[in-house]
Amino acid sequence: MMDRGALIGGVIFALLLAMPVLLPIVGAEYLTGLLIKAMLLAIAAISLDLIIGHGGMVSLGHAAFIGVGAYATAIGLESGIEEILVLLAITLAVTGGLALVTGTLALRTSGVYFLMITLAFGQMIYFTLTSLAAYGGDDGLTLWSLATFFGSDIVQEGEGLYFFVFAALFLTWLGVWRISQSRFGRVLRAARDNPQRAEVMGYPIARYQLIAYVIAACIAGVSGLLLVQYAEFVSPSIAAWQRSGDLIVAVVLGGLGSRNGAILGAFFIVIMEEFLSSIFHEWRLIYGPLLVVLVLYAKGGLNDLLHPKSREAS
Amino acid sequence: MSLTLFLILCLNGLQYGLLLFLIAAGLTLVFGVMGFINLAHGVQYMVGAYLIFAFTGLTGSFWLALVLSLITALLIGLLLEYVVFRHLYSRSHLDQVLATFGIIIFLNELAKVLFGPATLSIDTPELLSGSIQLTEQLRYPVYRLVTIGVGLVVAVGLFLTISYTRTGMLIRAGSTTPEMVSALGVNVKQLFQIVFGVGAMLAGFAGVIAAPIFAIEPGMGDNILIIAFVVIIIGGVGSIGGAFVAAILVGLIDTLGRSLVTEALGLVFNASMANQIGPALASMLIYILMAAILVFRPKGLLPAKGAT
Repeated sequence: MMDRGALIGGVIFALLLAMPVLLPIVGAEYLTGLLIKAMLLAIAAISLDLIIGHGGMVSLGHAAFIGVGAYATAIGLESGIEEILVLLAITLAVTGGLALVTGTLALRTSGVYFLMITLAFGQMIYFTLTSLAAYGGDDGLTLWSLATFFGSDIVQEGEGLYFFVFAALFLTWLGVWRISQSRFGRVLRAARDNPQRAEVMGYPIARYQLIAYVIAACIAGVSGLLLVQYAEFVSPSIAAWQRSGDLIVAVVLGGLGSRNGAILGAFFIVIMEEFLSSIFHEWRLIYGPLLVVLVLYAKGGLNDLLHPKSREAS
Repeated sequence: MSLTLFLILCLNGLQYGLLLFLIAAGLTLVFGVMGFINLAHGVQYMVGAYLIFAFTGLTGSFWLALVLSLITALLIGLLLEYVVFRHLYSRSHLDQVLATFGIIIFLNELAKVLFGPATLSIDTPELLSGSIQLTEQLRYPVYRLVTIGVGLVVAVGLFLTISYTRTGMLIRAGSTTPEMVSALGVNVKQLFQIVFGVGAMLAGFAGVIAAPIFAIEPGMGDNILIIAFVVIIIGGVGSIGGAFVAAILVGLIDTLGRSLVTEALGLVFNASMANQIGPALASMLIYILMAAILVFRPKGLLPAKGAT
C-alpha cells in the first residue's frame, strides 16, 4: 500500500517531470531556470535534513560543502577534466574527506556548541575559497567549458541539464528516505532523542553521526557540482553562512525529518524570493519578519499542512 | 620585522581583542544565563556603528552622539527582547537560530535601505585625533589607545559587577541552575531582560568605538559574530573571564598572524608561494586554535563553574 508521503512525493516528481512539456504550452519557459535552482536547493536541503531532522545535529555550516563541491568541480574543469562522472568522484572524495575531518572535531561537542563549531568551520572554508587567487578569489570564476556525460554535451543546458538535475534530486530523495528508514536511520533518531540510551544499548553513536554528517556533506557537494554546471560560474558567496541559514529555513519550513518537507521548503523559498523580489525590491524587509512570525506561530512546517494528523518518521 | 612594527601589531591586536570581548561578553552571558543562542547579537554591533554615524550627523558632536547611541542601542535591544526573543527562551535552539536569522536579514536590509549599500565612515573625535610618541620610533593614534583603555575599564567593571554585586550573583546562579533561582523567588524574566539589554548595549558600544576605525556597512556584524562565537568556544561558554582571555588571544593571534605568517612562510617557500598561502593560512589560524582547544579542552580555557 502506498502511504501518503510517497503519494505526495510522487505528485511532486510527476509535476517536475511534466514541467518541460507544460511550461512551453503556457509560454513560461523562463521558469525552467528557476525550477533548476529550486531543485538544487532541495538536494542540499534534503541532505541537511538527514543531519538536522533525523540526527538532531544542527549544522550552520552546510553551505560550505556546496561551495567545496562547486570549487572541486570548477578546479577539475579548469585542469581539463571534463567527464562529469570523474568530476563527481572528485567532488565526493573532496567533500567527504573534508567532512570526515571537520565532522570528527565538531562531533566532540553537541547541541549549540556543534552549531557554533560548524558555523566556524564553514566560515573557515569560505575564507579559504575567497583566498584562491588562481581561481578568481573573491570575485569568483566564470567557466568556459562545462562537464560532459560520456563525451556528450547533453548535460550542459536546456532539457538535458533539467532532467539530469531532476534525476539527482530524485535519487537524493529516494536515497535519504531509504537511509532514514533503515536500521542506520533508526539508530540516528535514537541518538537524537536520547543519546545515553542509544549509547547504553551498545551503539557507537558518534560513529553513526559522523557517517550521517559525511553522507550529507557529499550530497551537498553534488548539489555544488550541479550548480556549477547550471550557473557556469562559481564564487565563494555560495558558501557564505547566510546560505547555510537559507538551507535551515528550507528544512524547518518544510518540516523536520519528513519525507517531502525539505523539497517543499526549498521550492517555497525560491518561489517566494522570486515573487517578493518582483513586487518589492527590498523584499528582505518582508522575508526577515516573515521568518520570525513563522517560527513563533507555525510549528511543524509545510509538511504538516499536508499531513494534518500524523507526523511520519519522527 | 622591526620591534616597532611588532609593538604596533600587538597594540592593534589588543585593541581588536577588547572589541571582540565587548561583543562576546554579551553573547556568552545571554547564552550562559538563558541558554539562548542569539545570532542577531552581531547586528547590534552594526546598529551601534550606524547609530553613532546618524547621531554625529544630527548633533555634530561625537560625545553627545555617543550617549544617544548607547541609550538607543539599549532600547533597541530591549525592544527586540520584548517583541521577539522572550517568546523563544523555551523553544529549541533551532527555532532560536531561525528567528534571530530572520532579524539579521531584516536589520541588514533596513540598514541598506536607510543608509545605502556603500560603506560609510566617521571622523575620530577631535579631542582624540592625532597620535602620541610612545617610544623614540613609535607613534600610535590616541583614539586607539583610548579604546584600549576603555575596553579594559569595561572588562574590569563587568568582572567586578558579576563577582561582587547582587545582580552579578544572580547572573552566576542563573547560569548554572535557572530553575532554582526562579524557585527562590527571583524575577527571572527581569534578570533576563537586564542581561539582554546590557549585552545588546555592549555590542552597540563596540560598534560605536569601532565606527571611526573600521568601515560602516550593512552586514558588518555578521563576520564579527562568528569570530565572537569562536571566542566564546575557546574561552568556555558562559564564562566572562574565559571570554576575556580568549578575546585577547584571538585578537593578538589574528592581527599578528596576518603579518607574520606570510613572512614566516617566506623563509621556507619562495615569495610568490608565501604570498599565496600566507593570507589563507593567517585567516585560518583562529579556527585552528579553536579546533585545538576542542580536542584538548572541550569545555574551553576557563569554563564557567558548574556549567554543563
